[in-house]
Amino acid sequence: MTTSPEFTLCEQLIVAASEAWRGNGELVATGIGPAPRLAASLAKVTHTPELMMTDGEAWLVEDPVPIGPRGYDDRKPAGYLPFSRFFDAAVWPGKRHAMVTPSQIDRFGQTNISYLGGSYDRPKVQMLGARGFPGNSICHINSMFVPQHSKRVFVEGEVDMVSSVGYNPARRVPGARFDFVDLRLIVTDLCIMDFGGADNAIRVISLHPGITFDQVQDATGFALEAADSIAETPAPTTEQLAIIARFDPHNIRANVLKDNPAGRRL
Amino acid sequence: MNKQFTIEQFVASLKSGMTIGIAGWGPRRKPMALVRAILRSDLTDLTIVAYGGPDVGMLCATGKVKKLIFGFVSMDAIPLEPYFRKSREAGALDILELDEGMLQWGLKAAAFRLPFLPTHVGLGTDVMAHGGFRTVQSPYDDGEVLLAMPALKLDAALLHVHRADRRGNIQALGPDTYYDEWFARAAEKTFVSAEEVVDRMDHSYPEDARANIVERCFVHGVIEAPLGAHPTSMPPLYGWDMKHLKAYADSAREEGGWDAFAARTIGADEAGYLDRVGGAAAVSALPLPIF
Repeated sequence: MTTSPEFTLCEQLIVAASEAWRGNGELVATGIGPAPRLAASLAKVTHTPELMMTDGEAWLVEDPVPIGPRGYDDRKPAGYLPFSRFFDAAVWPGKRHAMVTPSQIDRFGQTNISYLGGSYDRPKVQMLGARGFPGNSICHINSMFVPQHSKRVFVEGEVDMVSSVGYNPARRVPGARFDFVDLRLIVTDLCIMDFGGADNAIRVISLHPGITFDQVQDATGFALEAADSIAETPAPTTEQLAIIARFDPHNIRANVLKDNPAGRRL
Repeated sequence: MNKQFTIEQFVASLKSGMTIGIAGWGPRRKPMALVRAILRSDLTDLTIVAYGGPDVGMLCATGKVKKLIFGFVSMDAIPLEPYFRKSREAGALDILELDEGMLQWGLKAAAFRLPFLPTHVGLGTDVMAHGGFRTVQSPYDDGEVLLAMPALKLDAALLHVHRADRRGNIQALGPDTYYDEWFARAAEKTFVSAEEVVDRMDHSYPEDARANIVERCFVHGVIEAPLGAHPTSMPPLYGWDMKHLKAYADSAREEGGWDAFAARTIGADEAGYLDRVGGAAAVSALPLPIF
């Protein structure tokens, strides 16, 4: 393995994010958005070939589908997983690990994609609605990708509308099962975090080169824990960069992070 | 037995205040010709149940919606539906915001004539808190507490498919049929528009009988509506019209934007619709979306 002389921070994050799926076995790896999708594809063709994946429409594919414009029939279906079967076959039986980009995340790992500000009856800014987040979060593994680590995303109190379940004891319904809740990684433009702190608190496990823990803390609306030994996020290898480029022939990844900054090595 | 309706007969059989489910998914295979008939009608105070796209947005823009029961409202490549946003941000809608899986579960409860179906989904979220959902305890030894998703009974469901016959046999082709069949089974009356209506499916397309997504006892009326999903996608026949959807979304930023857009496109009748939006040939040639 050799290290490429040139790479972007986004590519470094894609490689870091792909680690979320390492060793997950036979489940559906869903990356929502260009970087998470490239990360899932990278995971499947490198360390975890058992992963299952769709073309984004209805077909299960063994060769991940490149993002962006392509011939409609370029993908080669190996199986079938349309939306009409998604809750039966992927979400509710827990056969999925999704990586998503919520608008807000709180200290409990609860997230929001529904609306910002105001009230349920009259939100200030309407977004998508809760979509599949309540079900995803209580049924299967989830990770997060945050392209701009800030207090706007990592909010001080609870998120404005709890769209996905986290580890908030006050939100536990007595007698109900929450043991399927399984939050793994949060990959941001500053660091990598997990939920390995006290009572599943969010914990910094790796800092990107040149970033300090204090910088991350300053950009976060709640107190972060630090892993006993915080790693530095590694640079991508030339092999990984080539795979990313193959699955993103139109360089859509250049638009994921503001100003597409260069990556840095250790 | 002849279930064929004209689009005028279809809309005349709906009433204000009804709960109407609209099948399809976001900007995909929506019964837009039927939705447009509602937009042109005097119907009002509707409760709409949908995985919403421009269908929901246009009904909001026209002030037809009293209550919205939804899993999401989005146009995929244009993630935020502008007129749905405007309406909800203005506090103009009664809202029941659901998880996507809860929505289909509620349709299934209605189809099976059950008061509710139990699920883990929604527990611990604000969907549960705001939606007023109640829980139920397993009567078995596990004693587990679950959310009881109430039946979502529909007065009418609207679907758009590729083929129908006069008896109500329908065929939906394409890679995904979403939850159309459950909208149909949850409804008192289901109206299905089709690209083509034939006399008898067994005489015309017997080889595609597996595309019969819902049995004809659940189909009340069929309406011929060629290219009737426009501007949403209808694979494998034609894709969504993103240029049109973009113009629609842009109109939301202008004063009187919806009225101008509607006058230019929706118009007074369905007969001239395709000519107003670029012609049948252009719509037929819209490329399938890439995901």
